[in-house]
Amino acid sequence: MSPLPIPWLEAALLLALAGAASISWLRNLNRAWRWGVAFTGAVFVCTLAASLGFYLQSPTEADADGSLQQYLFGRPYLSLDKLNAPLVPAVALLHFLTAVATSRTKMRSYSLTWSLTAEAIHLAKFACKEPGILVVLLATGALLPLVELINRRRPTRLYTLHWILFVGLLLAGWRLLVSADGDALRTSAATIALLAAVLIRCGVVPAHCWLTDWFEHSSFGIALLYVIPLSGVYAAIRLVLPIAPDWVLHSIGLFSLITAVYAAGMALVQHEVRRFFAYLFLSHASLVLVGLELHTTVSLTGALALWFSIILSLGGFGLVLRALEGRFGRLALRGHQGLYDHSPTLAVCFLLTGLASVGFPGTLGFVAADMLVDGAVTVNLFAGMAVVATAALNGIAIVRAYLLLFTGARHTSTVSLAIGLRERIVVLTLAVLILGGGLFPQPGISSRHQAAEEILKERQSYFDARTKGRKHPLSASYAVT
Amino acid sequence: MAEAVEGMMGLGVAAIAAPVLLVVFLGIFSLLDQRLSERTINKAIQAAIVTGLLSSLGVLALMLALGARHVVVYVSEWVNTAGFHVAVKFVFDRLSVPFAILSFVLTGAIATFGMRYLHREQGYNRFFVLYAVFLLGMVMASLAGTIETLFLGWELVGLSSALLVAFYQERPGPSRNGLWIWGVYRVSDAALLLAAVVLHHMTGEGDFDRLLGAGPWPAGGASVSATQAFIVGLLLLAAAAGKSGLVPFSGWLPRAMEGPTPSSAVFYGALSVHLGAFLLLRVSPLLERSPGLCVVMVALGLLTAVLAYLAGSVQTDIKSALSFASLSQVGIIVAEIGLGFRYVALVHLLGHACLRTLQFVRAPTLLHDYHTLENAIGESLPRPVLPLHRLITEPTRLWLYRLALERGYLDSWLRSYVVGPFVGLFRRCDALERGWTDFLSGARSRESDDLKPTPARIEELI
Repeated sequence: MSPLPIPWLEAALLLALAGAASISWLRNLNRAWRWGVAFTGAVFVCTLAASLGFYLQSPTEADADGSLQQYLFGRPYLSLDKLNAPLVPAVALLHFLTAVATSRTKMRSYSLTWSLTAEAIHLAKFACKEPGILVVLLATGALLPLVELINRRRPTRLYTLHWILFVGLLLAGWRLLVSADGDALRTSAATIALLAAVLIRCGVVPAHCWLTDWFEHSSFGIALLYVIPLSGVYAAIRLVLPIAPDWVLHSIGLFSLITAVYAAGMALVQHEVRRFFAYLFLSHASLVLVGLELHTTVSLTGALALWFSIILSLGGFGLVLRALEGRFGRLALRGHQGLYDHSPTLAVCFLLTGLASVGFPGTLGFVAADMLVDGAVTVNLFAGMAVVATAALNGIAIVRAYLLLFTGARHTSTVSLAIGLRERIVVLTLAVLILGGGLFPQPGISSRHQAAEEILKERQSYFDARTKGRKHPLSASYAVT
Repeated sequence: MAEAVEGMMGLGVAAIAAPVLLVVFLGIFSLLDQRLSERTINKAIQAAIVTGLLSSLGVLALMLALGARHVVVYVSEWVNTAGFHVAVKFVFDRLSVPFAILSFVLTGAIATFGMRYLHREQGYNRFFVLYAVFLLGMVMASLAGTIETLFLGWELVGLSSALLVAFYQERPGPSRNGLWIWGVYRVSDAALLLAAVVLHHMTGEGDFDRLLGAGPWPAGGASVSATQAFIVGLLLLAAAAGKSGLVPFSGWLPRAMEGPTPSSAVFYGALSVHLGAFLLLRVSPLLERSPGLCVVMVALGLLTAVLAYLAGSVQTDIKSALSFASLSQVGIIVAEIGLGFRYVALVHLLGHACLRTLQFVRAPTLLHDYHTLENAIGESLPRPVLPLHRLITEPTRLWLYRLALERGYLDSWLRSYVVGPFVGLFRRCDALERGWTDFLSGARSRESDDLKPTPARIEELI
């Protein structure tokens, strides 16, 4: 039984944009929040229906009644495939849960207009396979942090520098690739430029400072929503992986491995929660890139599964930290804060989501991490050791933060700081997904395995076509756009 | 016959399902922030442990009756894709059954002790949730039929141990010690994970049956070369050393005594501290492929035993003295495994775990026991002087005393040469990054530098 033949994906995008436009007129915070939750919820339902439709093999977006893309362009530029089918609803779910869990103390700093606009761009990006459109969406999406920093009257110079570098390299790489027409030198130059752009967007060392700065100056919820979906990784898979020669992938792998270990070490010595989270995120994002570089089926499956796990577990971890910030303001990791007794559930969820992100057994990330290590050991034992060391360091950093935040002398409060109903719904939803996916990993892994095979097949066919001097459809799609 | 085999399988599943259901039951209420009464928790714990114990005993009885030495309970193919698969499988044999029964018996005894010891303690619920996780980890690790299942149990034991050390969370000391232990455990986990993956690669299997030969324990022969066995064996030895507190990781054991006495008894006197030795026993067919590795194992075991004996001799509190006494025995057990005495090591392990648990639970009343003994004999208890003392010169004795007092300088060595430089390096990197981001921003870039070390009170925020 398939869902109704409606272009769900387009409906989700339009709803997000309509929501952003309508909420921007509202001045009452509570009303804006209620509408924001309704819109993000509706967007999530639409993406879920689109994803279900894909897996149940119902009519595609283009074939559905009233497809706007079909009407305007004559072909669908945005659609789901094996790679993005579970990612799109996961990103929408993260936006929805973030909106639901926004406490009253955070409503002023959390802009729902920004969130819905970012959601629309994220969903479009993740549903897009056309390189030209993807490049435009990546460049546009990268403007959103600038808007947030300006709105909050925070310094923008550092981010602007990175944005210029990222967009410049992305456009240059794309332009070179379009005009390469089989020229090896131009293709190599284009690949290097795209590679550099992707590395900057992913926050690979030494181009990672924009990310820690972003977490310093923006609202925590907005910072989370911008980075957690890992748009840089998506760009790497769509733009670089299919056409990059092995040496480019090795460079990605080397830089990411160094970043993974470095960021894990840095997470261990941070004195503040947001910076700690930023480094933890960097380390995880780099591990996904490591899996891409190895380009074996097992490692790629592991990387894709880890990516999905990061969205849920690290996203959930961020939401727990945000809930704590909503109660106590920005938190230092200098002394023991003694927060356990105020909200034991938040403490449990902190550990659950944090440990899930490092692949603790029985959680969503375990099999993914195991596959990633397995793939890394196949290629190089030292790479495998570095991946394992990263996971170990991240695990220590999470428990260190737990002990610093939740243990220590408690202070009494005249106001109840226990977890609220909305936050409880959010953390329980995430707990169910993390543990359910961890205990029954086969469906998720099978889906990621199919996506990995498709990516590798595409890459293989590109190189086969090049060897035989034929033009590959991928080159054609660059030329078309 | 077929019915008996089916019954054995059913009992095997029940032995594993009991702690799983216990964790699910207590875990759900913790997640929902619903406080269960002490009575409900006690009943749930007792029901799970009794069910698990009776099921394990039933499996043992049927194995003896049927003459079966190796029973496999296959749960499911957990993950299966091209090039990668993980199965959930449990094995009942001469090694796993005694260890599982020991786990149920000791956790049952200590749970009963803990119910009185922690009566009306604020963290009663938290203690037993972690205790249930520990039980599940121990049973999983004991009965694991694949290295991945063993890793699952191994990690659960590690997490629950570290969090129980930090149980008295209002003081910073226990949480600092909990973090140190977690750090050592993570190193140990990393070594085990790496060993598991490397083994998977060498043999294409994670199942112990295929990894270590089809024969029931202790028979079997691993199909890897001596060099491969040496490399994997070193990783496994590192994992065991971390978990069992062998040199150079011995320093965490006295730190673990910060936890409540029931958890100290069952973790560091009885079960958790032996888990490393159990791992070595489980993979002993693989270890014996490399004579060099066996030599390393014996040397490490003996070194640990001697150092633990020396350190234990100068401890001034009973729990630390008992923990070092445990460690010296664990060292000897590891040496026995290295020498190939597997049954001796297994019997030693089982006996030692029971004795040490008894000593730990008597520890809070030690002074009372001493007074009773002294009253009974009418004088102070005699202090034994070893004949070795007369053979050692005064400076050597002083040196040994300092060595023992500093617990072999292992902790300070790890702190000065591993943790200190590591943290120092990253703090320097952090300082460099601060300079770099300030330069790029053209102003002070870190708002977080102005944070107070303690959180703002909610009243201030309002």
